[in-house]
Amino acid sequence: MSPTMSERYLRAFTETMTMVSVSVAIAIAFGLIFAVTLVATAPDGLYPKPKFNKAVSVVVNVFRAIPFIILLVALLPFTRFLVGTTLGTWAAVVPLSIHLIAFYTRIAQVSLNEVDHGLIEAAHAMGFRRWHIVRHVLLPEALPGIVGGMTVCVIAMINSSAMAGAVGAGGLGDLAIRYGYERYETQVLFEIIVILVVLVTTVQFGGEWLSRRVNHRR
Amino acid sequence: MLWKSAIARDDRLRTPIQEDPEPALNHIVFERIQKIYPGGVQALHEVSFEIRRGGIFGIIGRSGAGKSTLLRAINMLERPSAGRVLVDDIDVGALAEPDLVALRRRIGMIFQHFNLLSAKTVRENVGLPLKVAGVPAPEVRRRVEDLLDLVGLADKADVYPSKLSGGQKQRVGIARALVHNPEILLCDEATSALDPETTHSILDLLRDINAKLGLTVVLITHDMAVIRAICDEVLVLDGGRIVEQGEVWQVFGSPQGDATRALLRPMQHGLPADLAARLLPEPPKHGGHAVLALRFTGETHPGGVSLASVLALAPDAKLLHGGIDRIQGHAQGDLLLAVPVAAMRSAVGARFSPDALKVLGYVANDV
Repeated sequence: MSPTMSERYLRAFTETMTMVSVSVAIAIAFGLIFAVTLVATAPDGLYPKPKFNKAVSVVVNVFRAIPFIILLVALLPFTRFLVGTTLGTWAAVVPLSIHLIAFYTRIAQVSLNEVDHGLIEAAHAMGFRRWHIVRHVLLPEALPGIVGGMTVCVIAMINSSAMAGAVGAGGLGDLAIRYGYERYETQVLFEIIVILVVLVTTVQFGGEWLSRRVNHRR
Repeated sequence: MLWKSAIARDDRLRTPIQEDPEPALNHIVFERIQKIYPGGVQALHEVSFEIRRGGIFGIIGRSGAGKSTLLRAINMLERPSAGRVLVDDIDVGALAEPDLVALRRRIGMIFQHFNLLSAKTVRENVGLPLKVAGVPAPEVRRRVEDLLDLVGLADKADVYPSKLSGGQKQRVGIARALVHNPEILLCDEATSALDPETTHSILDLLRDINAKLGLTVVLITHDMAVIRAICDEVLVLDGGRIVEQGEVWQVFGSPQGDATRALLRPMQHGLPADLAARLLPEPPKHGGHAVLALRFTGETHPGGVSLASVLALAPDAKLLHGGIDRIQGHAQGDLLLAVPVAAMRSAVGARFSPDALKVLGYVANDV
């Protein structure tokens, strides 16, 4: 392997990690906010606002419905407005994050909805204010699911970021397509597959370990 | 006795009655409480009653009788459709959120399924209500330690609830419910998920707490044994209406409603199946025994059942089946007796009033 080639690998790896970590961080922050909003404003929630709840839910559904590669293109004007360019790693972070926010919102929402209603009732009975219930009951009790959802997100992001090569974002997927497919260097394709498998496996095991650490239900 | 919460400093909740050295006898008053669920199901029909201060008050009924709705009206976990609940003369339903929160801190509650937070240790579970109320950490720590001592779980402070048995979980629930020094403790089927032995120890603990802290305990259950074990007063609910209410020994001794009798049936000594099969409606031609059921309501034999009065029925009467329980100092229960037919005629009615003695039938020869 030429030195330039290993440099390319390192660069692609760094680009992938940048895209994944930045968009996952953004998605978890906003996804959690949206999920808590959806759960809290549900008709039987802590702050019932059925119309607002429906509206947020529809917006999330719209973004969930659009395939990532189409979202990537459709968001180009917004991306240019936000980061000043439609090319490169940082330009890819915008659609990746938005795609993932919608995805993670639903995952976190399911975990929050699974919190036993009896716990919320008990919290009311003990004289908790409503935000105490969000802070001390809903979020900690849903934490194992919230953490488990993060693992799913990181892996989904490693996949989606491969498509971000379409906007010149680079990354491992882009390297695999350009060298492995377009230049018939099957070995590059194979090596990148190995790297991705190792990466995904590590994330999966790490995520499972973390999820077990925060789960005290058993 | 009044236990002022260290937390509830809201002056709007202080009524003149609380400042009075002799607080009102009634702690909680229900006024024409109705509950109609969306869809038209009426869970409660104009229910009115009072709960005395410092006692253990039991609400019993079959599932769907409305007892859970009634209990949850005290701290407004469920709002009645009409009527008022007064706690220390405060209309609970009229309180705005901050006042309701303050009132709820004076009312502890424990649950059938314990409702402990799985992500927090025993210590954190018990201390959390104080923490969210803004009590400084050292004070929370002290209070939690006292309470874990009280419920006998001092050695489990740093364990997660999933590692505890059902009885231990309920003890944590009790400690948590007492953390604000409440004046009222609500128990929602607190022992229904526990085995008989654990049930016993939890009921003992509740009685201890009632005696030690003087708080008013309100419990709901479908089990008459729970009522018998610890309650002073009982209210029987059926189909959203009050069937009867009174001292436990009175309701046990002379139940008025069908629902009450149905609930009491498992605790009473009915006619054993083998005897029932052999029972004749008329005395046999020669010999034989009459089977008599004696019922002691606790009214006529307050301190204890006089054996002499039982023997007065016939000196050679045989005890077949039954038992006497002492409830609030009143001896009551049922006894099945076999009396030789020849000796019976003179005996019946001699010492027992007719409702306390019933001839169930006759058996030929020996019982």
